[in-house]
Amino acid sequence: MMQPVSQPASADPLLRVENLVVEYPLGNKTVHAVSSVSLDIARGETLGLVGESGCGKSTLGRAVMQLRRPVSGKVLFDGQDLTAMQGDTLRRMRRRVQLIFQDPIASLNPRRRIGDIIAEPLVISGVKDAKKREQLVHDVLGAVGLDPQLVTGRLPHEFSGGQCQRICIARALVLNPEFIICDEPVSALDVSIRAQILNLLEEMKARYGLTLLFIAHDLAVVKAVSDRVAVMYLGRLCEVGPSEQLFAQPAHPYTALLIEAIPVPDPDVRPAESVAVGEPPSPIAPPSGCRFRTRCPRADQRCRDEVPELREVAPAQFAACHHPLIGPA
Amino acid sequence: MTGPALLSVEGVAVDLPTPRGNLRAVDHVDLSIGAGRTLGIVGESGCGKTMLSRAILQLLPKKAKLTGRVMFDGQDLVRLDRERLRKLRGRSLAVVFQDPMTSLNPVLTIGTQLIETLQEHLELDSVAAKMRSIELLAAVGIPAPEQRLMQYPHQLSGGMRQRVAIAIALSCEPQLLIADEPTTALDVTIQAQILDLLAREQRRRHMAMIIITHDLGVVAGRTDEVAVMYAGRVVERAPTPDLFKRMRMPYTEALLAAIPKIDAKPHTPLPAISGRPPDPTRPLRGCSFSPRCKYAWAQCLIEKPGLEDADSPGHQYACFRPLAAGVPA
Ligand SMILES: Nc1ncnc2c1ncn2[C@@H]1O[C@H](COP(=O)(O)OP(=O)(O)OP(=O)(O)O)[C@@H](O)[C@H]1O
Ligand SMILES: Nc1ncnc2c1ncn2[C@@H]1O[C@H](COP(=O)(O)OP(=O)(O)OP(=O)(O)O)[C@@H](O)[C@H]1O
Ligand code: SF4
Ligand code: SF4
Ligand SMILES: [Mg+2]
Ligand SMILES: [Mg+2]
Repeated sequence: MMQPVSQPASADPLLRVENLVVEYPLGNKTVHAVSSVSLDIARGETLGLVGESGCGKSTLGRAVMQLRRPVSGKVLFDGQDLTAMQGDTLRRMRRRVQLIFQDPIASLNPRRRIGDIIAEPLVISGVKDAKKREQLVHDVLGAVGLDPQLVTGRLPHEFSGGQCQRICIARALVLNPEFIICDEPVSALDVSIRAQILNLLEEMKARYGLTLLFIAHDLAVVKAVSDRVAVMYLGRLCEVGPSEQLFAQPAHPYTALLIEAIPVPDPDVRPAESVAVGEPPSPIAPPSGCRFRTRCPRADQRCRDEVPELREVAPAQFAACHHPLIGPA
Repeated sequence: MTGPALLSVEGVAVDLPTPRGNLRAVDHVDLSIGAGRTLGIVGESGCGKTMLSRAILQLLPKKAKLTGRVMFDGQDLVRLDRERLRKLRGRSLAVVFQDPMTSLNPVLTIGTQLIETLQEHLELDSVAAKMRSIELLAAVGIPAPEQRLMQYPHQLSGGMRQRVAIAIALSCEPQLLIADEPTTALDVTIQAQILDLLAREQRRRHMAMIIITHDLGVVAGRTDEVAVMYAGRVVERAPTPDLFKRMRMPYTEALLAAIPKIDAKPHTPLPAISGRPPDPTRPLRGCSFSPRCKYAWAQCLIEKPGLEDADSPGHQYACFRPLAAGVPA
């Protein structure tokens, strides 16, 4: 029996996450990193995932890949539940899913040459022919805009952040995956390189027919590449909907707050004085009811007592809020 | 600039020997900053922002060659002995790096690191140091600070790690704080809080601050002056409102255009600056931006433009064909 999912099932999702729960033990307490999150990503779609530092975005990404085993819930990739898989079966499935990390520099082994770093996934997956590996590395470096001749023999520390991220993208693409989880792929990069990497990801997506889960904290960046956007807060999903619609008419107060806090490159616009009031609550003891209630201007008793479920507030737009900014109250 | 400079960087150049030849990471930079002021340094990945901050702090890689002077509070840091430098860095000069793992020790708990810093530089006893550590963690917005003291850096999310790094940097009440991309990995609401936190601490301590960032949005609302770097050099420098309203450098204009705009449609290709910055081991004869500049003409390929004074006070740019003065970009 499938668990009920509180979002429209896309006809043919490549990835379906159902009621995923991920926790970390911390002393004798528990960090509730991801609490009952459900998501669908259609084949060929880019789903953007935004939310505050520590809200569980990376944990969700890692749990999708089974790098961190969830406490409960399912991760259906192409119809098969990854949470039920072990050993070789899981390793084979994992090849179809790749992860690009938040920190490009730290995710490259400092003592290995770039050529070897990119060839490593090929070695692990059993491509024995060294000539063939060399060719694949050469091709993928070219695809991400690096000159293979200049790059393969060098070490990671000789490259700046943007170049390291291109290398990470090349390493993720070399096995020809179907699905890539991009965990803050441009957060550490400056604007001009960021624009290039975003354009590159869009190009690679088209060229390799990829489906993407794009994690970032910058809303403008997420909007630039995503078909739909999901907003997370303290382990829970707040809102999900088509990108433009979500930005034009956010339903969840947290989404609205995020949109307001975007720094604008105009010295006449005074930055909003820390819009998010109060301390971010601890995921060790999350607030009862709605987890955003301690910082929400609309919070009332109901928000304290009842966990809001995701419901449709506009066509294809879902929000978990008792008093959404749009839609039926 | 008002008042005498607390820090003045005079003709600083940094050369790094690499297998491909000499790499000039910083090329004759002059900058200054007074107590209580904030200077923003913006520029593309690899342009030398971090090397410049390391040159100021005397934390360059061993093989690096530094020329020029770094006058801080009346003394040239380049000529200071190691012991005095170490004392100064712990107390008067603090730094927060792009990657918080650079400033945090992975094998020590957060508590140990904070407490040891406080004990060493402020000569507090262990009880007082622990109390102060908890206060500092709470001040930078870390929930459940007492429990976090027992955690190791890897157990925290990226944003939390950066808050801890900031707490350590502020712990000894420095005169100058250099923040190298302090909020790059953080989401917008937390970014706003951390920048507010830094601004608040700066006012309270009359601390000078250098914010290094690629985000023109961050410098727009939060700095007194901005220096734009390209290929190791400062190419434009102005009081912040002047830079945005009367920018003269084509590079500054391109940098502003490459920012994803929140009101743009998803999947719109971004106006990335084409190409890459020049290979720093192969410096160009002419303007280093010329291969990417849409205004380049013959002179740009053979001569290097020097920093010239613009009409408005404190505004300098290095370009043969500057954008028209007084025309907002
Ligand atoms: N190995 C771990 N042990 C204990 N707690 C952890 C561990 N990894 C993550 N956490 C906690 O789980 C929560 C979610 O962390 P996660 O890294 O998924 O957040 P995130 O949304 O990716 O944040 P960021 O935007 O800062 O990267 C945080 O409270 C974090 O401190
Ligand atoms: N240890 C090193 N050895 C040799 N070259 C280096 C080293 N560290 C950095 N470089 C080079 O020095 C130049 C300046 O690098 P730097 O790290 O200062 O750039 P940055 O402006 O901080 O870039 P980012 O925005 O990516 O952090 C780059 O060309 C880089 O490749
Ligand atoms: S459920 Fe209540 S507290 Fe939560 S976002 Fe909605 S109004 Fe605010
Ligand atoms: S000097 Fe020439 S190439 Fe350089 S920025 Fe100005 S116009 Fe462009
Ligand atoms: Mg993360
Ligand atoms: Mg840097």
